Amino acid sequence: MAGTGTVHLRDPDATLLRVEDLVVEFPIGHAGERVHAVSGVSLDIAPGETLGLVGESGCGKSTTGRAVMQLPPPVAGTVRFDGVDLTTLHGEALRRMRPRLQMIFQDPISSLNPRRRIREIVSEGLDIWEIGAKNDRDAKVDEVLEAVGIDPAGGGRRPHEFSGGQCQRISIARAVVTDPKLIICDEPVSALDVSVQAQILNLLEDMKHRYGLTLVFIAHDLAVVKNVSDRVLVMYLGKMCEVGAPEDLFASPSHPYTGALLAAIPVPDPSVRPDEEHVLGGEVPSPIHPPSGCRFRTRCPKAQERCANEEPTLREVAPNHYVACHFPLEPGELIDFTRVGIGASVQPSPDGHGSSS
Amino acid sequence: MSDARFEESAYGGPLLEVTDLTTSFSTDRGVVRAVDGVSLVLERGKTLGIVGESGSGKTVLSRSIMNLLPKRGLQREGSVRFEGKEISELPADAMRHYWGAQMAMIFQDPMTSLNPVMKIGNQITEAIREHLDVTPDYARDLAESLLASVRIPEPHVRLNEYPHQLSGGMRQRVCIAVALACGPKLLFADEPTTALDVTVQAQVLDLIAGQQAERFMAMVLVTHDLGVVAGRAERVAVMYAGRVVEEAPTGVLFADMKMPYSEALLASIPKLDAHSHVRLNTIPGRPPDLVHPPAGCKFAPRCPYVQDRCLEEEPPLRAGPTAGHQFRCWFPVGTPEGQEARAKNEREGRVPAAAVAGGH
Repeated sequence: MAGTGTVHLRDPDATLLRVEDLVVEFPIGHAGERVHAVSGVSLDIAPGETLGLVGESGCGKSTTGRAVMQLPPPVAGTVRFDGVDLTTLHGEALRRMRPRLQMIFQDPISSLNPRRRIREIVSEGLDIWEIGAKNDRDAKVDEVLEAVGIDPAGGGRRPHEFSGGQCQRISIARAVVTDPKLIICDEPVSALDVSVQAQILNLLEDMKHRYGLTLVFIAHDLAVVKNVSDRVLVMYLGKMCEVGAPEDLFASPSHPYTGALLAAIPVPDPSVRPDEEHVLGGEVPSPIHPPSGCRFRTRCPKAQERCANEEPTLREVAPNHYVACHFPLEPGELIDFTRVGIGASVQPSPDGHGSSS
Repeated sequence: MSDARFEESAYGGPLLEVTDLTTSFSTDRGVVRAVDGVSLVLERGKTLGIVGESGSGKTVLSRSIMNLLPKRGLQREGSVRFEGKEISELPADAMRHYWGAQMAMIFQDPMTSLNPVMKIGNQITEAIREHLDVTPDYARDLAESLLASVRIPEPHVRLNEYPHQLSGGMRQRVCIAVALACGPKLLFADEPTTALDVTVQAQVLDLIAGQQAERFMAMVLVTHDLGVVAGRAERVAVMYAGRVVEEAPTGVLFADMKMPYSEALLASIPKLDAHSHVRLNTIPGRPPDLVHPPAGCKFAPRCPYVQDRCLEEEPPLRAGPTAGHQFRCWFPVGTPEGQEARAKNEREGRVPAAAVAGGH
């Protein structure tokens, strides 16, 4: 259940990004209350790898991605990127790192400036950093637009003239144009049709090989994450639940929350009836006053007293498969979510941000 | 009071019959035929899934049936019969008896489909007081029990809250409560879970299914995800470029799909049991321009089965091997002529024209 720990981290010399005990909090109101968005998350990524970050809305996956970019800087923890701790950098030194870290956002249309031509949007990074001569920059923009499947001859057009899928291609072109090492993809396909989603996922895979990229892929759809990832981190309410290779994680989920996420995926087969028993009930509790111990206990049918008192830490249940749970699932075990967890009588705020009660 | 309320149950035929419905909009570029000759039949208590990509006309179809489209530049032809009564020609003040009371709609985006400056309780009682002759107190009690029935915790507290105080999943539940308030016989759910998390999606779809069974309500479930309709609709209509290109009972469609577009749509869903980094199947190209649609089959430019005939002559909707199964294709999937057409394309290296144009 949602916990902390660093046992899953690998040799620092073999990783491009190493995040340890990341904490992100946002102050709210005047009473000194804080939103505990991310509370002790650790992760690492080897060069060329794709790390999938999954969880429901409000689990802190996007905040984690942004904290890696220092947008905003985390409250505590270290973010070592290519040997440099980004949290110690400020001002110009941090700005110098920016072209090497890029982001792709969820809504392709609103993440492009509607008043600018797509050619300007894509070349802006090159222009700011004055990478190469003007001719080289133009050639580079042509090359990346071509690579993402947008005709460079249409570079004078503006974002509204393109479909959602095409705008996401332009966002990808903008991200790869400065030759970054790491791209954080924040739900890049959630706003797209299934057929377009497949095109964009294939494109990201192509770009990864072509430009030697390392990706953090944030999504709530496990089937999508499985397709793109080498390693998956499941998050819940600012904590880590489970880390492992997608095959292991999805074949034998150890954490009840991972099991619940898997059970919720609609199956495109009419002979499989959607079953209500294995669908996770309830709502994510307020991150202002998160539950004690394991944060998932209020919705977990396996929760015991221990889960309320003691926070689980990550431990290895199988080679390279880590779980933070006192009572992990046995292989093949299904959970009946019609039972409720420990302390569920403490009414979780229906509002992810807790402003209602 | 709605006259329509007192006419119910006299009619024994299907709840909704749409015949040859065509909806077009005049734009600067020309006439867009968003819905092109669609016919559908929906029985009481049943669910019809409508599946297609963005721009396939699925949303315009449901709004056109409900007569909810802006009148400007709109041309609507064909017939929409609700409980045997023609409603396509009714003016807005006559349609008011149907909206909410007889047929209701749940929209995709729960963030924008609720009024942000109106308390949740008032948004529910508004419809109840419009259509049912009840006291304000009774309407409020009804609203509270509706919120409870869509499993919103502490419904009496929520009645006095505003939409921004609720999470996305909770807001969609409120939208469902508003839609169910007057006990409609037909519910249109237009991508009701696209904006929600997977876990919340399952909760909301289960909730709608439960309410539907309890109220013996018919539903039109509009989505781009075949996975969503698979376990939840009795029949599925696949739409492409404003037309129904395949329609069948759900089991038949998934077991024996005939239209290459349906096949391609299903194949593009990432499979959980597939290995990581498997290349996904995509549909090359984009849906056609509805101002100047291609001659012949509208899907031909993107179709791996395409032959010369497809480019010239549009296939009619014809019956499949199973009862109730119809599709538009000259070279259907899984038939000797279809296999021959695809094999011939592969032999000759003929790729769909749109694939060459560069995958958008």
